[in-house]
Amino acid sequence: MAVAAITPDYTGERLDRVENFHGNIVVYVGWDRHLMFCSPIAFATPPDTTFGKLQDEMIAGAYAQHPDFAKIDWEQVCWLLNGEPFTPDREATLAAQGVDHKSIIRMQTPGLEGIGGSHS
Amino acid sequence: MAARKLNLKERYSLLTRDLDWEYSYRDKKEIFPYEDFEGIKITDWSKWEDPFRLTMDAYWKYQAEKEKKLYAIFDAFAQNNGQQNVTDARYINAIKVFLTGVSPLEYQAYSGYAHVGRQFSGVGARTACQMQSIDELRHVQTQVHAMSHYNKFFDGFQDFSHMHDRVWYLSVPKSFFDDARSAGPFEFMVAISFSFEYVLTNLLFVPFMSGAAYNGDMATVTFGFSAQSDEARHMTLGLEVIKFLLEQHPDNVPIVQRWIDKWFWRGTRLLAIVAMMMDYMLPNRVMSWKEAWEVYFEEAGGALFKDLARYGIEMPKYAATAIAEKDHISHQTWSTFYNYGHAAAFHTWMPDEKEMDWLSEKYPDTFDKYYRPRFEHWREKEQAGERFYNPTLPMLCNTCQIPMGFTEMDDPSLIAYRQSVYQGERYNFCSDGCKDIFDHEPEKYVQSWLPVHQIYQGNCGGADIEKVLSEYYRINMGKDNLDFHGSPDEARWNAWHNLESAEERLKKAG
Ligand SMILES: [Fe+2]
Ligand SMILES: [Fe+2]
Ligand SMILES: [Zn+2]
Repeated sequence: MAVAAITPDYTGERLDRVENFHGNIVVYVGWDRHLMFCSPIAFATPPDTTFGKLQDEMIAGAYAQHPDFAKIDWEQVCWLLNGEPFTPDREATLAAQGVDHKSIIRMQTPGLEGIGGSHS
Repeated sequence: MAARKLNLKERYSLLTRDLDWEYSYRDKKEIFPYEDFEGIKITDWSKWEDPFRLTMDAYWKYQAEKEKKLYAIFDAFAQNNGQQNVTDARYINAIKVFLTGVSPLEYQAYSGYAHVGRQFSGVGARTACQMQSIDELRHVQTQVHAMSHYNKFFDGFQDFSHMHDRVWYLSVPKSFFDDARSAGPFEFMVAISFSFEYVLTNLLFVPFMSGAAYNGDMATVTFGFSAQSDEARHMTLGLEVIKFLLEQHPDNVPIVQRWIDKWFWRGTRLLAIVAMMMDYMLPNRVMSWKEAWEVYFEEAGGALFKDLARYGIEMPKYAATAIAEKDHISHQTWSTFYNYGHAAAFHTWMPDEKEMDWLSEKYPDTFDKYYRPRFEHWREKEQAGERFYNPTLPMLCNTCQIPMGFTEMDDPSLIAYRQSVYQGERYNFCSDGCKDIFDHEPEKYVQSWLPVHQIYQGNCGGADIEKVLSEYYRINMGKDNLDFHGSPDEARWNAWHNLESAEERLKKAG
């Protein structure tokens, strides 16, 4: 039983199915241990967005205000996709490397400890 | 023939139990179609003990007297320009949160109790719910009346019911009650009467009402007092429901336990906003959120669950997580609203030095380590004329709908991420509690109206965020939102009290 309902075999409308996003998918990006940005970010972007564009334009636009952002050594960044280690291909599209609708991309920047070392 | 005067007991029974009748030509299941589908077994409704012996005529008389007193005080408050006598205009923002976030829940409660007050086949339960329904309608009315006075002098009050239905952070309380009201009648009672009114309500009302008292807001204190005797009745109803369900049939125990687990968790998530109100929005602090939580949940709730153990009921499943969160939740929630202060219909600000010291003292294990450096950075930015606003839209939890700003309790600088895949689609959550709720009833929560996703789907007036905020949410941009410093609220307050703004003081000093 997927819900307690008075109607037999009740199913709910999937409000966030990918078809509702006008050709975009939702992708979440979080920067671990940098909580000045209170929560991960929700982006809506076409599935054929390249990872390079996500990194250089969308992520940079979002996090540029953080004093650690300019210090990121992008070679050293560890990425996670839906909790699993992930090696992104900058030239390939999100869809081609398994980043699907409502996926979570996390970036870890070892050595950068946030504001005053507080992980902010 | 002179009518014989009835004694109290007779009147009570005539005006409650005797309102029922035998159903002779319709099947009971047709008359009460909602009573079975949740799996709750009721073997004997006559075992229901009316939690309060109150007849309708006594009820009307008593409530009318309270109303008279209440409105006399509202009048006096208005005539004496009570709005000028609160501690500080920042305080008013707590009241904006209350009017947009909490008062509409009173209305939802009115509607929910009216529904279950029709659906139970036991007449005692029906009558109790109908009375509570009328109480709740009274609560929303008196709250709106009390706060309408502030609407004349401060921004952010004008469209509270419209905002409740649309604004991103108000989807948190709204969806909480939508969830309860769209559940079956027994779950509704365990959710609202027991888990919320009995277990958690003191954490909502005591902070707001004593916060009001500490900050010179007599209008709010008065409606609080006027609701208090109603709340006492609501709490006894909550306890009676639980005892009745548990005594009726052993098969009810696991169902009730699951509802308690769910609604305790949903309730603690909802209370995050009260936590930030207590620690950040009251110029005169009552006690810290952490202290309130210890008194009203850990002590009082602990005793209650010890008492319920004889029925086989245990502490709510994620109580340990909620207890650990008492050191973090207010700071994380205030951070979220500070991030998105441009998108809120109330003002945010950074605590001043004295207030930071108070937070350090109340939260010795966490504030200096995790939060103070962040807040000092934000304060420096503000002083440099670059007040920090987060330029993005946040990821939300699919269950509680709060931005994903809560962290792991064993590693408090790491956001807690949880994910489920249901029928090929990903769903994301802020906590084990929220994930469990989804996993148990996915067909309900696939329907979550998540404000950020709705914006991206184009359902909130298009892709221009300014327009979403100003036209779809009806936030008066530049007035209702942004930092308290520099707001028209602050300017008016300073003019009433002949105070200089922070900016003017800086200019003179420089
Ligand atoms: Fe109420
Ligand atoms: Fe109530
Ligand atoms: Zn959640």
